[in-house]
Amino acid sequence: MDGTVHALKQVEPASATVALTERFPFAIVGHVDHGKSSLIGRLLHDTHSLPEGKFAELKAASDKRGGQFEWSFLLDALQAERDQGITIDTTQIFFHTAKRRYVIIDAPGHKEFLKNAISGVAQAQAAILVIDAAEGVREQTRRHALILQLLGLRQIAVAVNKVDLIDFDRVRFDAIAREITEYLAQLKLSPTNIVPVSARNGDNIAEPSANMPWYQGPTILQALDSFQSAPVATDQPLRLPVQDVFKFDERRLVVGRIESGSLRVGDRLEFAPSFKQAKVASIETWNAPTPLTAHAGQSVAITLDDELFIERGHVAVHSDRRPVLGYRASLRIFWLDNQPLKVGQRLKLKVATAKYAVEVERISAVIDVEKLQPSEASEIGRNAIAEITVRSRALMALDLAADMQRTGRGVLLREGDIVGGALVLSAEASDVDKRLVGPDHLVTRDAREAVNGHRGAVLWLTGLSGSGKSTLAMGLERLLFQRGRQAFVLDGDLLRQGVTSDLGFSPKDRAENIRRSAEVAKLLADAGQVVIVSLISPYAEDRDRARKIIGERFHEIYVKADLATCESRDPKGLYKAARSGAIKNFTGIDAPYEAPQQPELVIDTTAQPMERSLAALTAYVEPAIALQLVKDAWAI
Amino acid sequence: MSDLDALENQSIYILREAYSRLKPIAMLWSLGKDSNVMLWLARKAFLGHVPFPVVHVDTGKKFPEMYAFRERFAKTWNLNLIVRDCPPVDEIDPSLPPAARSAARKTIGLKNVLDEFKFKGIIAGIRRDEQATRAKERVFSPRAESGAWNFRDQPPEFWDHFKSDLPEGAHMRIHPLLSWTELDIWRYIAREQIPIVDLYYSRNGKRYRSLGDSDITFPIESNATSISEIILELAHTKTSERAGRAMDHEREDAFERLRAQGYM
Repeated sequence: MDGTVHALKQVEPASATVALTERFPFAIVGHVDHGKSSLIGRLLHDTHSLPEGKFAELKAASDKRGGQFEWSFLLDALQAERDQGITIDTTQIFFHTAKRRYVIIDAPGHKEFLKNAISGVAQAQAAILVIDAAEGVREQTRRHALILQLLGLRQIAVAVNKVDLIDFDRVRFDAIAREITEYLAQLKLSPTNIVPVSARNGDNIAEPSANMPWYQGPTILQALDSFQSAPVATDQPLRLPVQDVFKFDERRLVVGRIESGSLRVGDRLEFAPSFKQAKVASIETWNAPTPLTAHAGQSVAITLDDELFIERGHVAVHSDRRPVLGYRASLRIFWLDNQPLKVGQRLKLKVATAKYAVEVERISAVIDVEKLQPSEASEIGRNAIAEITVRSRALMALDLAADMQRTGRGVLLREGDIVGGALVLSAEASDVDKRLVGPDHLVTRDAREAVNGHRGAVLWLTGLSGSGKSTLAMGLERLLFQRGRQAFVLDGDLLRQGVTSDLGFSPKDRAENIRRSAEVAKLLADAGQVVIVSLISPYAEDRDRARKIIGERFHEIYVKADLATCESRDPKGLYKAARSGAIKNFTGIDAPYEAPQQPELVIDTTAQPMERSLAALTAYVEPAIALQLVKDAWAI
Repeated sequence: MSDLDALENQSIYILREAYSRLKPIAMLWSLGKDSNVMLWLARKAFLGHVPFPVVHVDTGKKFPEMYAFRERFAKTWNLNLIVRDCPPVDEIDPSLPPAARSAARKTIGLKNVLDEFKFKGIIAGIRRDEQATRAKERVFSPRAESGAWNFRDQPPEFWDHFKSDLPEGAHMRIHPLLSWTELDIWRYIAREQIPIVDLYYSRNGKRYRSLGDSDITFPIESNATSISEIILELAHTKTSERAGRAMDHEREDAFERLRAQGYM
């Protein structure tokens, strides 16, 4: 404490003003044990940023432990870290040069802790990638470079550390420089500098090294000072994701942070994806003058000239520069969860303040970190980088990461936990929802189908009792359900317990049974369902009437099996009962079955196993219910 | 945009996220400079309002100037103030060193407040530059039912996406000042003219740089009698801010243990 005032007088006055201005957060990344923490320790020492006596204290502590002093001890603030000998979480350290204040984000290199590395590095504006000169480029060197790229960092300097261990050899340094440059080039990154350093001895950290006369480039400190601050995205389209709507003092305030672009009082804003529009009446502040404009980076509160229903997740935009509105998107993701991600799984995609329930439709590729080649995979394991297609139940407003960094990315949530990061590679525009907008807000069939991701349909399974209709119907329903389709079985036996319980088995009653069943199936298909009707429906005339009622979404599927086979199966004992006369008018015994003349599909179950019949049925159904897509925009 | 504007806008964003995602929520008010800045930022975020209770977990050992400050500004700023006393020191884990044991009273006091009001969110004014274990914090930092902080397995947090779903009984600590430095705090106090307890100004060659309990907090030698002099002093100091807080220094891991158990 008594050193405080004394220390003040030792520092030249110039630093007082520069230290107050720009702050620049940067990350130090690289393979485990390549010397990240040592580099930080050295930077702090060489910029005279260590507290009085700290160096001596640590040196003493190190001697007491009986080991050699390591610069990394400085950062090992937590007891647990010293125990394990690895950096557990991200740490932030401060120092300044003559140019500006720096915040060092130390990201752990150990593979276990990728989520911590990401949490740290995402706050950085630039990075130093540390490579051990003796070991060269390693797996996590590449992985970290890839993470930098995914996180949107474009300024990277490389520190080839421990050059004392390779005798300051230029040839070996050049080989490493070439290897990392080539790798970064594949990521469309180019290092700002590649600096040979020895963190332990201080070569090329703050002062140029006398040991490497062949190196004329900048020191690490000079490389840092040459990084540029990120420009604020004011020239991009306006994106103001709504955080909340406050009702204070009779004012209704829509609040959020402008992620890109600008807005002005009087601007007409559209709240995507809703198409609702209103004008900005005012930009409200407290204890500050009320401005007429607001820009990217500002957390604002605005009032509107019209009371619209606006909620968290809407994005205020100018309607001439809308985001893509659609249900499908292809994403590049990094996966952080222990449980792998698989096709068919449901997640939440959170972009700015919007949360969309999505289903993984497809895993297009998992990226090999070494070669950066995509390869096929059925699941995405922890720490993997992959490309997937997701489909949302609700209309999404998405930007592409390539155009709009801040709103073109988001996180994946599973049960409320962040389990991955996502960049939007492409999004499929949907034009159906404009039809939803209007005075009466009709939900059209098209809109419903677009939300479901498939068309409504009636699959009319006809055939003898015991031909396998129910088994196929139930199997198909389960399969479609697992794929996220809206599917429902209308079973003849179940219908007869309710909707048609007043009817018998005379031809007239059978006709009415079919008519009612067809009407129910039509309503369900209108509601977007894939209706699987399982009915003997023996008369061609009745089935034709069903076709008329339902229209073009009717699919007649003849489940065929000869009588002997059906009778030998006799799952409900009905044939036996009919043969003994206990049941009258039983189809195939004492009532006719008129086989369809031109069904959409025939499945002969006589000889083939039920699994194969189900596969044949599924193969027919999927294209039959597929939406007619405008374009295949998620092909990568 | 200046760096102070950037910090202010970021903190407002965090406060609004917390208010939107976590209910019921409250803010801790230690009466120190940081929590006064935090309150000020809340009034900016909520247009002059503080739309949640402000909690003072009272050790009963603050400086008289701090209590006077509390009474005055709770009224001036129209705060919904909740004051709760901490349990006596003999109820605290005797294995802790004396000052840490005294500070741990606040951990239990806070736990009692959580039990009483069932807050899902607690906004606290800690900063990364204060102390090494605080440097590891998340902006949204989940706490188990016991209040414990599992610093070994923290949720990922990037691109301003914060974990906000919690299991029953757990709560979230929200840290809107995490990226601020001590210097930023003083520059912002100067810019916004935020009221502070005058113990921060030099009297008889000494001033308090950090305010805690009167028995375990010590002043530093300083002649800074105005905010601009404090700023000038801090621009050159190499001593840590919490040097005057005894509990940080008793044992290598004392503060880490305090924090893992739920201390702010």
